[in-house]
Amino acid sequence: MATTSLFDRVRRSEAASGIALISPTALYAILLLAAPLATVLIYSVMTDGPSVGVIWQLNGENYAKVWTEPIYRAVMLRSLLVSFAVTAVTVLLAYPVAYFVSFNVPASKKSLWLFLITIPFWTSYVIRVFIWKGIILGYNGVINQVLMGVGLTSEPLQAINYNVGAIIITLAHAYAPFAILPIFVSLEKIDRSLLEAGLDLGESRFLTFLRVTLPLSMAGVIAAVMIVFIPTVGDYVTPTLIGGGKVNMIANQIQVEMLKQHRMALGSAIAVSAMLIVCVICLVFLFINRRFLGAQK
Amino acid sequence: MKFPVLRVYTVLYLIFLYAPIALLPVFAFNSSKVIAFPLAGFSTRWFAEMLNDDLLFRAAKATLIIAVSSSILATCLGVLAARASTRFRFPGKGGVMGLIMLPMILPDIIVAMSLLVVLLAMGVNLSLLTVILGHVLICTPFSVAILTSAFQSLDNSLEEAAYDLGETPLSTFRLVILPLVMPGIVSSLLICFTISIDEYVIASFLGGNQTVLSVYIFGQFRFPAKVPAMLALGTILVALSIALLTIAEYFRRRGIAKTGAKDTGGFL
Repeated sequence: MATTSLFDRVRRSEAASGIALISPTALYAILLLAAPLATVLIYSVMTDGPSVGVIWQLNGENYAKVWTEPIYRAVMLRSLLVSFAVTAVTVLLAYPVAYFVSFNVPASKKSLWLFLITIPFWTSYVIRVFIWKGIILGYNGVINQVLMGVGLTSEPLQAINYNVGAIIITLAHAYAPFAILPIFVSLEKIDRSLLEAGLDLGESRFLTFLRVTLPLSMAGVIAAVMIVFIPTVGDYVTPTLIGGGKVNMIANQIQVEMLKQHRMALGSAIAVSAMLIVCVICLVFLFINRRFLGAQK
Repeated sequence: MKFPVLRVYTVLYLIFLYAPIALLPVFAFNSSKVIAFPLAGFSTRWFAEMLNDDLLFRAAKATLIIAVSSSILATCLGVLAARASTRFRFPGKGGVMGLIMLPMILPDIIVAMSLLVVLLAMGVNLSLLTVILGHVLICTPFSVAILTSAFQSLDNSLEEAAYDLGETPLSTFRLVILPLVMPGIVSSLLICFTISIDEYVIASFLGGNQTVLSVYIFGQFRFPAKVPAMLALGTILVALSIALLTIAEYFRRRGIAKTGAKDTGGFL
């Protein structure tokens, strides 16, 4: 009995030290993240006042507007479609890179490769997006000049600028490391002897990959999908700079409502709706994957 | 046969990743106002034009104040959270850590607008301080991620040995743990600094009349005549970021070597 109570005491003191140590960071996150998010949630069911701020009057109209008016639905739908496309493109392009670094690069060089992959991600986002728009994909951009130089087209293509395609390319570039790193980590965890076993048992390399490596790295792929999907839905810089106000996404709409129209409640309702949809999609995705992975066993 | 295909693909992918920042200096040093090939000739006039821009220097000063303050604050908060989560078990750890790490994947616009709503409701004037509040929030998860791997590779027996030799928890932390995780701390400071310099959405929402560099650059892109000078500025910023990241990577690796752990690579 004495030992249990001592053990309990130690454990309790460990819990107490842990909580004490984390409390400043936790408090900061609660005050400046959780509380503001809760405020947005409350604002979304209030009424917009004539000037900045809301009238404390319960009101479901904001949500009715966001979910029924064509302009909001169009923006929401576009954001989701762009995000789906970006996620698919980014993760598919990233997988072979993660595979190469994990399986074909000597262990001592791996962190150098990862470092090389992450560098562009850390350099000014605004400037990178502008270069995509102005220099690479633009009317007089590098791609058009190459296409005309090779003789594939006689006139610059309009189709690659100021549209959804350009937004997708730019976002796929921006979020590349978010996809590569989780897949890499899951590939690194795979016991290499399993692959040898697969080969020894007469499977081809490709089938071993399909039946051993890919299923074992699914956790990383799922993480990559979520980490790319969630922030791209709300990306602001790329649709603003590339779309030039013509192809707005959710973030632009929120910005317009909150800063230009001063409709805080409506802006909040858009944000909450978007995050809600994202959450539901992620949960459905996780659920489908659990079923899928369960069937694999 | 399989290896070259993957290798070639990966190299092409790296070219895709580096294309924008490789083209940046090409046009920053190009003498023509038109941002397109063929190049007109070598010139440093855009750098000269940039240096004569007073507004730019004011924005740079604001950026510097924000980046230094937020990287220090975020790293302090990061040390506490990373230490608590790697060393202690306590109830509610998963939830609290989830909340702290949330800004890493939450769209910046959500963080920015929710803070804006609260600040306006409280009647707080938007200033450099409000941008710092936001930047600390988004830098902390990165700091926690870097420092968690630094604290994780610590051997607990070092700490126990210090206690056995009569050190207090505080002096143990200062004499044993801090020196071992110092490289992680330096790495976290540099990464947070880089994030803060580049951040646009929060700076533009919470900055009020205070324009920071990223917001200034964003605004100037509307004027074609200003673009070359902004590319010159961008070249300097990218060079600075790469230098800081290289130093951060050096410290991260040294930290791992110091504690004798295996390098798994990557900041995230």
